[in-house]
Order: sequence, then structure tokens, then C-alpha cells
Amino acid sequence: MYSEWPLLSVLIWTPIIGGILVLLAGDRDPSGARKIALLFSIVTFLLTLPLYTQFNTDTHLMQFVERHSWIDAFNIEYFVGVDGISMPLILLTSFMTVIVVISAWDIIEYRVSQYMAAFLIMEGFMIGTFSSLDAILFYIFFESMLIPMFLVIDIWGGANRIYATFKFFLYTFIGSVLLLVALIYLYTQSGSFAIFDFHHLRLTLTEQILIFLAFLVAFAVKVPMWPVHTWLPDAHVEAPTGGSVILAAIMLKMGGYGFLRFSLPITPDASAELDWLIITMSLTAVVYIGFVALVQQDMKKLIAYSSIAHMGFVTLGFFVVFRIMDGDNDAQGSVLALEGGMVQMISHGFISGAMFLCVGVVYDRMHSRQIADYGGVVNTMPVFAAFMVFFAMANAGLPGTSGFVGEFMVILASFKASFWIAFLAATTLILGAAYTLWMIKRVIFGEIANDNVRALTDINRREFLFLSILAIAVLALGLWPDPLVKVMHPTIENLLNHIATSKL
Amino acid sequence: MNMESVYLAIPLASLFGAIVAGFFGKQIGRVGSHLVAISGVGISTLLSLIVLKDVVIDGAAIYNQSVYTWMISDGIRFEIGFLIDSLTALMMVVVSSVSLMVHIYTIGYMEDDDGYQRFFSYIALFTFSMLMLVMSNNFLQLFFGWEAVGLISYLLIGFWFKRETAIYANLKAFLVNRVGDFGFLLGIAVILGYTGSLDYYEVFDRADAMVTATIQVIPGLDWSVISLACILLFVGAMGKSAQVPLHVWLPDSMEGPTPISALIHAATMVTAGIFMVARMSPLFELSETALSVVLVIGATTAFFMGLIGIVQNDIKRVIAYSTLSQLGYMTVALGASAYSAAIFHLMTHAFFKALLFLAAGSVIIAMHHEQDIRKMGGLKKYMPITYWVFLIGSLSLIGFPGFAGFFSKDAIIEATHNADIPGAGYAYIMVLVGVFITAFYSFRLFFLVFHGEERMDAHTREHLHETRPVVTVPLILLAIPSVIIGWITIESVLFGGYFTSGARDAITILESHGAMAAVAETFHGPARFVAHGFSGLPLYLATAGVFSAWYIYLKNPSIAETAKQKFSFLYRLLDQKYYFDRFNEIFFAGGSRGIGQVLWRLGDALLIDGLLVNGSAKLVGWFSGIVRQVQTGYLNHYAFTMILGLILLLGWAVLG
Repeated sequence: MYSEWPLLSVLIWTPIIGGILVLLAGDRDPSGARKIALLFSIVTFLLTLPLYTQFNTDTHLMQFVERHSWIDAFNIEYFVGVDGISMPLILLTSFMTVIVVISAWDIIEYRVSQYMAAFLIMEGFMIGTFSSLDAILFYIFFESMLIPMFLVIDIWGGANRIYATFKFFLYTFIGSVLLLVALIYLYTQSGSFAIFDFHHLRLTLTEQILIFLAFLVAFAVKVPMWPVHTWLPDAHVEAPTGGSVILAAIMLKMGGYGFLRFSLPITPDASAELDWLIITMSLTAVVYIGFVALVQQDMKKLIAYSSIAHMGFVTLGFFVVFRIMDGDNDAQGSVLALEGGMVQMISHGFISGAMFLCVGVVYDRMHSRQIADYGGVVNTMPVFAAFMVFFAMANAGLPGTSGFVGEFMVILASFKASFWIAFLAATTLILGAAYTLWMIKRVIFGEIANDNVRALTDINRREFLFLSILAIAVLALGLWPDPLVKVMHPTIENLLNHIATSKL
Repeated sequence: MNMESVYLAIPLASLFGAIVAGFFGKQIGRVGSHLVAISGVGISTLLSLIVLKDVVIDGAAIYNQSVYTWMISDGIRFEIGFLIDSLTALMMVVVSSVSLMVHIYTIGYMEDDDGYQRFFSYIALFTFSMLMLVMSNNFLQLFFGWEAVGLISYLLIGFWFKRETAIYANLKAFLVNRVGDFGFLLGIAVILGYTGSLDYYEVFDRADAMVTATIQVIPGLDWSVISLACILLFVGAMGKSAQVPLHVWLPDSMEGPTPISALIHAATMVTAGIFMVARMSPLFELSETALSVVLVIGATTAFFMGLIGIVQNDIKRVIAYSTLSQLGYMTVALGASAYSAAIFHLMTHAFFKALLFLAAGSVIIAMHHEQDIRKMGGLKKYMPITYWVFLIGSLSLIGFPGFAGFFSKDAIIEATHNADIPGAGYAYIMVLVGVFITAFYSFRLFFLVFHGEERMDAHTREHLHETRPVVTVPLILLAIPSVIIGWITIESVLFGGYFTSGARDAITILESHGAMAAVAETFHGPARFVAHGFSGLPLYLATAGVFSAWYIYLKNPSIAETAKQKFSFLYRLLDQKYYFDRFNEIFFAGGSRGIGQVLWRLGDALLIDGLLVNGSAKLVGWFSGIVRQVQTGYLNHYAFTMILGLILLLGWAVLG
């Protein structure tokens, strides 16, 4: 029955309409705005569930497709659909939006309706980005979602928010411009903006390399990859909790998604040619950023750096496949690597979101993010401490949590490419544990450090609600990842076949 | 009875106890919590005994089945499943029964603690994880259990989270273990890479692929894949089973409550590495290089960690160093291809070391949480039960003929004597001299605690009395196997083909590794074994150790002080534990923070942000400053520029 429905359009536009309604309701009645926002976010989430339950796992072809001509002059279409790569990301988006709405409930008191509206509208744009199959449609959503995010940081952000927004904007803007140039060039070659036409377009190696580099800048900034990562810690520090959650959980995934949807299939030969570059950048993210995270004094910065390190596994998994296919051994491991990168994206969405929410919980009480201002929080907030230690363990990749699955898959697969790639990637076991648990030691454990900590009250029912929902998600994915991995198989296998075939 | 559901019920019973005590501890109260946790572990123990009977007496077939499929990717099945054979059955009984004793003992030891329910929840969860680890039939679940017990160790070492030393120790334990796990995970990656499977039996069947293959980890140097895989796996074992140089976390782990020192840091978790290598014997047998590494590391740990035990003054730390040393003995046995002897020693050690720790805990309760042996002495008359069980534990530990530890330790020494791989000579000397050391530090502790003058303050002395039955009963229950388990099981476990009785051997030994076979030839029943023990070199060494301890610490205490001054260099070296901690603190911990600071301040802040980001912003500013000059606002300037542009474009079109 669902295939009759334009389900994806409903998913894109429901939250946007909800956002507009919330805006119209305005701030005269903040609790009304909250309720409308919650209603719309939950409805959207429930509507995404059929994407999973009705998903056909036997085909790599796009599902829930809608295709209408839009701007005929340039052959631009309203063309949406999902496959095994985008569908889990859409679920993640709608899921995390519900969490953010709950988390902001009575924490945000200033311009409530606008805050809620920003996140709902952003949700629509993000779902649009993941489901667009037309390059221009993709580009519009890809850029549009930044606007509410800039506003969120600018209006509800911290003291240094102007600098952070500006840096964020500059980085992403440079990337976006190059992306647009590359897309227009591809249009001139294929006469269409359909992404799948790009996939089958034959390109010379030089063309591929130039396009690849343009994509790289756009997506590397989003992930973010070393060395274009420095906007992220600043943005996180200044963003309000909800902004950080969506930024870490969803927006960073746009970069990873872009590599899979654009770079690998459109420029497979350039990807193979330049895989060393991405692998080096990814491993640098794991090792270099791991060390940098160790010495952070601000909890949000620490988690931001930890995000960069964890996203290194995503890009490593995506590009190490070229080394695996190159090797003298059989190509077993390439599916594992790609799926590992995908799992890591979903898992990182839960865990980094949860970590930022944990910081938000104590920030709302203490108005400080400095590790040095804390100590012995477990004495006054035992339930919260249990959650935070749990998420920290997930962040450190403990088996049984989702954080383990993706890293495990990517490390196992990397060995097929080279012992040393696996070796460097596996250092995350030590570094990840070191920076996460050292923070836990200083923040959570110990004697009560000062009177502010003494005055803390444990989490309330609302906070308990969203933390436990996330904890269940992290645990479920860690104990049984098959339901997630299963839906990816046909898409990933098809993608591998595609990139294994040279375009030259 | 349907054995499949029995296998499933064994870990789940403990898990159920952990969940109920953990999440509903407040509602069901202290008694409710310990009842539910103890019943859970009790069921696990009972069912484990049934499984052991099923395997040993009824000769049940090996069970090797998946419980559920965790994930399938790339055609590789990642499963959660059980392999129940003689090795598993033995481990299950050891783990669950020691755990049960510790659970009961905890009622007494932790009775005044605020975290009572939390503690029960943790130790029940530990039992679940450890059972999952030993019951696994694949590397994935092995790694799951491996890290899960590490997590619980972390939580329990830091159980008293207000103590700075405790939360330092638990972080250190976790990180050092992670170094081991780093190697372990890479080892698993090598195995998956070359066999395409994570299932034990499938890997063992395809192990030949790793024997012939070579890998160039360092360009130009061909390494045997099997050696690489085994050494990497062993790095994991070194972390978990605290072998030099990854041993540094274990002494500090004594910051945790004593029951867990007994359960986790002596009897069970730290032996996971030993178990793992024994389980992987079909792989380790194929690499002589790996066996040599195992042998040398084990021997080094056995001897040098024992030495440190001599200078410790904390009752728990002496036993902790003794644990390190005994783990070294087990590792030596593994390296000598005497896997069964290693497992045998693991079993006897689990009982007598748990006994020693819990008895030490009994002393600590009586001494009002004083752990310094210099403030004890003469406790014999106040605590007779503790005294006798401690003596039994110590005799077992030093390998006095007839006691449980004797059988297992003598088997290891004999096997090492008969081993002929590189390093065996060194290992033999180390384990032999180690016997003297073991006897010396054990009885130094024993004499200083229970004999001699009473050095505690008057207040403590007034309140000294034997601990309650909830403490002493588990001690007595552990003392029984500490005496008899060796005698009654040596014949079947070591020489009766216990590990080779199933359709598939639980432990594989190549013909060319004949150490155990040689020991078997001279074995003619436990009685003869004991009789032979009375004439053997180890007994003389042990006796000499006990006697020296008696002479130096009871008879003539000034000698200890003189020796300390005379050999102050040696004393300092031992007191500082060979400077491992200092080195790690400066080099690894300090070094990492230093690198982090440099990369952050120099790499991120100065180079990327300063030069590239803000630099390009400045560049844009500078450039726009110039361009701004062009925007003069005069129409004729613009017109001129346009004409110039037109000419250039035309020129390019015509000439280009």
C-alpha cells in the first residue's frame, strides 16, 4: 500500500510544514509550540518506519521512487528515491530529530518556536538531501539545511558564536562552490542532472581527477576530514546542545554519504588513483586527532575531536576497498569495509548525539563545559553517571555497543589491504579509550570537587527518557547489527561491482 | 534433558541476577539483591556441574552450535555460539563455582557498603561475561567476552570511586588491557584475512593456509603468517593475563574490594589469556617462534614478579605479585606445549588463590581495613580458622607435595625440563628458582601476619576476633579443593586423555612437542607422583624458602633490615618494581599528552587555523583591498577597463 504513496515527499515536507506551523503559532504559547514540534517529529519518525519495513532487500535498485520534471530547460527533475545507503540515514535523521525536540523541551526558553521550527525544517532538508536523485535537487537541499543550522548557532549559541558560524560558513561554502562547478560540468557532459546518469558517464582520468578533487573538498569539509576539520570543534563549542547533536549525528554524515553517492561511482578511476590520499587523511584523523582529543580541556571540544577520529573510520572504510581489490588476495573484505563505514556512520550518530546530550545535561546545571570545573559528579548524579559511563564506553568502541561494530569491520577489512593500515586504525582502541575514559575519570569519578558539583541534581524524567532511548539504540545495534547490515547488502555489492569497472 | 537450553541457561541465569540486582536493587533491597544474584550464579554453577558430568562421565558429544547470527557481511558469518567440550566444561565449573563462593563471601565483606546492590550486580554480570568468553565457539564472541570482563574489571577496581588511587588504577587497568586488545584484534584480523572465518573449528581446519604463507610487515622481511597471528593473539593474552611488560595494571587493581581481587584478579579473569592460548593450541602448535616467545615471557614474569613480592608490605599486593608469578608459570607451560598442565594449574590456582585472597580479606575485616603487614603479627590465636585455611592456601601455592598446587606446579616444571624449543633452558631455571622465591614471599607473609609479635595498636587488638561464618564457610569450602583437587584429578586431566577424549581434541599437541608426553611416561599414579615429589629438587627449594623466611622474619628480624641496607640498590629496584610504572608514566602517558599538545597547538591552532584558515581570510582581505582600488566610481575608468578586456578577449579568440 505504501508504494502508492509519495512517501518520500511526505517525509520531506511533513517536518517543513510542521516547522512553518510552529513558526506561525509563535512564542505567545511556547508549550503549544513544543507540542506541535513534538507531534510533527514523532509523526515523521513513524512515517519513516515503512521505509524499513517495506524495503525490498533483494534489489539494489532505488525504491520509493518519485520522478517529475521540474525545470525542463536544464532537464532538472524532482527525482527522489532511496536505496540501502540512504534509507538507514533517513531513519537516523528522523529518530534524532525526535530526541532533539525532547531534549530542548524546557531547556530552551528563548524564542522557543523558532528553535523548534529550525530543527523541523532542517529535518526536512536533510531527508531531502539523502533522498535526492537529481544533482540540483540534492545541491539545493544540501545547502538549504545549513541555513537553519547557522541560525541555531547564531541565535542560541555561545559567546564566540559569530566567529564559529563564520568559520563554519567559509569552510562549507568553498566546498559547496566546487561541488556545484563539478555538477554543472557533469551536466554539460551528460545532458541531465540525474545522478545515475553521472554514474554511467564515461570520463577521462584527468576529468575524473578534477571532479574527484572538487567533490573531495566539498565532502571532506563536511565529514570533516583532517586537515579541514578545525571548524567543527569551534562550531560545536558555540552551538546549543540540539545544534551539536544534529551537527554530529546527521550533518557530518552528508560528507560520508556524498563519497558513496558521488565520488566512488562517478569517478571510480580517480578514486582508485587517489585512494592513498584519502587513506592517509583518514588514518591521520584516527591517530593525530586521537592525540589532540587527549589534551582537550573543554568537554565539547573533546567530543568534537573524537567525532573527527571516529569519522576517519568511515572514509577509511570507503577508500580502503580500492587497496583490497588491488591486492593479490581475493577481494573478500571490500563489502566488509564499505558496510563497516556505513555502520560507523549510523552508530556515530547515536553515540556522538548521546555524548553531546550528556554534556548538555550537566551544562544546563553548571553552565560550564570545562573538565576542570567538574569532578565527582557520580556522587550527586548517580543515574546520569551510569548513562555517561555507558556512552563513553560506546565511544571507546566497547563490544556490545554500536561503537564497536563499524570499527571492528573496518579494521578487519583493512588488514586485507595492508597490515599497517589495520595497525594504525586499531590504535583507536587505545587512543579512543584514553581520551574518553580520562575525561570520565576527571568529570564523573572522584570526590565531589566543589560546591557547584555538590549542588547538582540528578537527571529528571525527561532527560532519563531521551538518554535511555539512545542507550537502547546503542545496545541494540551493538548486540545485533544484522538488521541494519542486511538492508545494505544489495546496494553495497552493486556499488562495488560498479566501481570495480573502469570508466576509461 | 535438553542440553541446548541448559547451555543457554548457564550464562543467562547469571545475567538475570545481574540485571535484577542492578536495575531494581533499590526496590528489592540488599537481601533481595544478594539472593537473586546468588541464586542466578548458583543455578549457573549447578548446571555447569551437570555439563561437566555429562562430558566426563557420560561422554557427551562435543556441542558446537550457533545461538544467533550477529551479522553476515561479505559472506563472513559473525555468530554468537557455544562450543562445549572438555576444556569448556572444566572452565565453566571453575568460573561458576569460585564465583559462587565469592558471592556468598561478599555478603559478609561488603555488608556496610553503600554500593552493596551495585556490587552484586557487577559480579553477577562478570560471571555472565566470563562464561560467555569460555563457552564461545568463535573469535567474535571471544573478543566480546574479553572486553566485557575488562569493562567489569574497570568498574570494580574503581568501585570506591571517591578514592583517587582507585580511579587511577581502573583507568590504568583499562588502558593497559586495551594495549593487549589492540594486538588481539589485529591477530583476529590476520586470522580472518587468511582463513576467511571466525569460527574456531573452521579456522583450525584452514590453519595450514597460514603456515605456508608469509607476510612482509616490514618490507623485505618475510614473516610467517602463523607466527604473526599467534604472537598478536598472545599480546592480547599478555594484557589480560598480566605478563611482562603489560603486567603493570594488576598490582594496582588491588584498589578494588577484596572479593573481586579473588574472583577477577586472581582466579578467573586474569586466566582468560591462558585459557585462550590453550584453546588456540591448534594454531600455536604450528609456530615454534610463537611458542618460544610465550615461553620466555612467561618465565620472565614468573621469576621477576615473584621477586617483587618479597618487598611488598601490603597483604593484598604480596598476593597480587604472587598471582603474576603464578600466571607466569601457566604461560611457561603453554610455551612448553604443556597446555593441559597450564589449564590444570589454572584450576588449582583458582581455588587456592581465591582462598588466599578471601582469607586475606578476612584478616582485613578483622584488622578494620588495615592492609599493612608491618602492623599485623600474631593473628593466629585470634583467627584460628583464617589461620589454618591461609596455611593450606600457602602450602598449596608453594607446591608442597600432596597439596593441589604441588601437582600442577610440578607438572609444569617437569614439562619445561623436557621441552626443547628455544628458551626452554632459560625457562627451566626461572621456574625452578621461582619455587624458592614463591616459598619465601608466601611464608614471609604468613609469618608476618599470623606469627611473631603483635604489632597492631591496642584498639585494633581489642576488637580482633574470627570473622563470621558467612566469611569463613566459603573459606573452608575453598580450602577443600585447595588440598584435594590435585590428587583426585591429575590422572585424568593430565594423563588420562581428558582433553583428547572427544570427537575432536580440545587441546592439540604435535608429536614433535613431546614435553607432556615425556612427563606422562614417568607418571605412575598420584601417590608415586607425591613420593617422587618428596625427593625432587623443587621441594628442597621450597623448604629452603620457607626456612629462610622463618629465619629472617621470625627468628632474626634484624637480618631483613641489614639486607635492605646492604643491597639497597636491589631493594630500590624491587621496591620501584623495576621502574616500569615510572617509565610508563613519563614515556607513554606524558609522551602522549606532549604529542597531543604539540599537534593541537602547532598543527591545529598554528598551522591549519593560523596559516591556512585565518591566513586565507587575510589573503582575501589583502586582495580585496587591491581590487577595491579598481572600484573608483568613475565611469571613464570602467569604460577603459571594459575596452581593454574586449581587446584581450578578441586577441585570445583570434590568436588562440
